[in-house]
Amino acid sequence: MSSEPRMEVEIAGVRFRNPVMTASGTFGSGMEYGRFIDLREIGAVTAKGVAIVPWEGNPAPRVAETASGMLNCIGLQNPGVETFLERDLPFLRESGTRVIVNVCGHEPDEYYGVVERLNGVPGIDMLEINVSCPNVKAGGLTLGTDPKMLEEITAGCRKRASQPVMIKLSPNVTDIRVMARACEAGGADAISLINTLMGMKIDTERQTFVLSNRTGGLSGPAIKPVAVRMVYEASRAVSIPVVGMGGIACAEDAVEFMLAGATAVAVGMANFVNPYVTIEIVEGIRNYLIRHHIDDVRELIGAVH
Amino acid sequence: MSVKERAYVLSQDMCAEGIFSLVLRVSFAGQVCPGQFVSLFTDDKSRLLPRPISVCGADADEGSIRLVYRVAGFGTEYFSRLQAEDAIEVMGPLGNGFPLELAEGKRVLLVGGGIGIPPMLSCAEALAYTAHEPVSVTCAAGYRSSDTYLLEELEAVSEVIVATDDGSLGTHGTVIDAVRENGVAADIIFACGPKPMLRAVKAFAAERGIPCFVSLEERMACGVGACLGCVAKTERPDPHSLVKNARVCADGPVFDAKEVDLT
Ligand SMILES: Cc1cc2nc3c(=O)[nH]c(=O)nc-3n(C[C@H](O)[C@H](O)[C@H](O)COP(=O)(O)OP(=O)(O)OC[C@H]3O[C@@H](n4cnc5c(N)ncnc54)[C@H](O)[C@@H]3O)c2cc1C
Ligand SMILES: Cc1cc2nc3c(=O)[nH]c(=O)nc-3n(C[C@H](O)[C@H](O)[C@H](O)COP(=O)(O)O)c2cc1C
Ligand code: FES
Repeated sequence: MSSEPRMEVEIAGVRFRNPVMTASGTFGSGMEYGRFIDLREIGAVTAKGVAIVPWEGNPAPRVAETASGMLNCIGLQNPGVETFLERDLPFLRESGTRVIVNVCGHEPDEYYGVVERLNGVPGIDMLEINVSCPNVKAGGLTLGTDPKMLEEITAGCRKRASQPVMIKLSPNVTDIRVMARACEAGGADAISLINTLMGMKIDTERQTFVLSNRTGGLSGPAIKPVAVRMVYEASRAVSIPVVGMGGIACAEDAVEFMLAGATAVAVGMANFVNPYVTIEIVEGIRNYLIRHHIDDVRELIGAVH
Repeated sequence: MSVKERAYVLSQDMCAEGIFSLVLRVSFAGQVCPGQFVSLFTDDKSRLLPRPISVCGADADEGSIRLVYRVAGFGTEYFSRLQAEDAIEVMGPLGNGFPLELAEGKRVLLVGGGIGIPPMLSCAEALAYTAHEPVSVTCAAGYRSSDTYLLEELEAVSEVIVATDDGSLGTHGTVIDAVRENGVAADIIFACGPKPMLRAVKAFAAERGIPCFVSLEERMACGVGACLGCVAKTERPDPHSLVKNARVCADGPVFDAKEVDLT
């Protein structure tokens, strides 16, 4: 065995330096955490969801702490695809990391508009289609919870994009395997999961909802066992690669997702707790491989079944 | 440049009932400006989010910052039990700080309400020690009662007028009542405190045509501008998303009062 294990993974022909990515919406467009870490050292930056026009999002309060996690109802505030392309993408390209652009919309045509605008743009390695945001009333969640709609929107995005298309799935469904298969049938190059679990918090002193939107998406270590189970189920239901996320906070968590079937992983809320966490996870996976005499990280993928 | 690091406690004292003063040794003491804040973390793995606390003072020579806070829940209660030589995770410096350069040569009114007083002390000290043009500083401090904190330190560097909710000291009423009662004249106002107080300060400044800057509070997750969790409504498109929702942690916490909606 060579002393340095191989960390590279590949999804739909795109090679990633290592399997550790950032989860959309928790890492801005890389600028903020780029002050703490060298973005080249992680597998990819997945940018905050972008829509065809700027979205205002929900009023404050938008975040609340919960046991080993948090709720959010940001409501996909974003500056729109044009500002993303003018301001954020040049920064990301300059940083030398792989770039995944997360796409959101209220209805299929809004998604297609963004995908068409991103089509062929250099420096975008992959698109992630967010059909699963629990904080947008009109679109998002319903799209991602109906297999027919899901297949249709997957095919619609696939047809319009030069880049590989990854569909981000909601955990707020009865059977994740049905959704995963619908994406595969629609031509998805990969799927990612899980987005946040729908939750609620009530302030008992004031007898009011804590979040402006009443409900919010739960993320963080609290959701990890649910996410691992869903990654396991989804990865066994399809033959396209799966990017796993939900509560990853250390290298062992990342390894757990890969053993369950993920080809790569994404780190979300943990960035808020430790801005260096992604780099530490990369290092920790390397150490894990050395400790277990594994010379290629891909050997972990789906190894427990 | 902000960092997250493990910081050692140099000292901790109680300044009034439920109000604590914590001094931490940090690597970034020399970079901190009045109005900036730090994120403090507990070591309880079920309470993961940072607690934002304003910097009340920084000593670049000693490499330390001072935080003054009120026990308000789990996190602040945890911090209050820290003793010298204990360690705590801290991230900073964060946010923009007050535009003290605009105060050069001016009559400055600092308005602090309750736990908004600590950042006003750091402004008063910075203006007293580092302004190039002479400034005259008046600080209007609003307390619940005569159980005051930081008052002597404020008096050492500024004219101080006091208002208390219960009338046990100074003006019986709000800080703005105290400002009016004392006929304070000012060319610029810096303020920090509860939202109703900030609303009153904004109205007072508008009535007199005085430039006014306020420090806002909002629930935070990342504290560095990445998550869009902590927005305040603004009059003009915000610099990040261009939708009139500025990030309190990164575009603030200090805003021109005219630019933010405090309703
Ligand atoms: C920029 C900024 C500067 C601040 N400076 C100071 C200061 O100098 N001194 C001081 O005493 N307090 C300050 N606060 C308020 C302080 O952050 C809260 O009192 C503290 O977070 C409460 O935490 P807890 O765990 O004790 O309360 P809990 O109620 O147990 O906290 C639960 C969650 O809610 C959040 N939270 C609760 N109250 C607030 C609040 N008022 N603002 C923002 N988040 C809150 C906590 O951070 C935590 O995530 C500041 C807030 C902001 C936004
Ligand atoms: C504040 C916040 C904002 C998010 N915004 C987005 C988003 O814009 N698009 C998206 O697909 N997922 C978004 N997510 C979901 C995350 O990408 C991730 O799927 C989820 O948080 C689970 O991972 P975690 O537990 O590691 O945070 C957001 C999550 C958080 C906490
Ligand atoms: S707390 Fe994340 S943007 Fe302000």
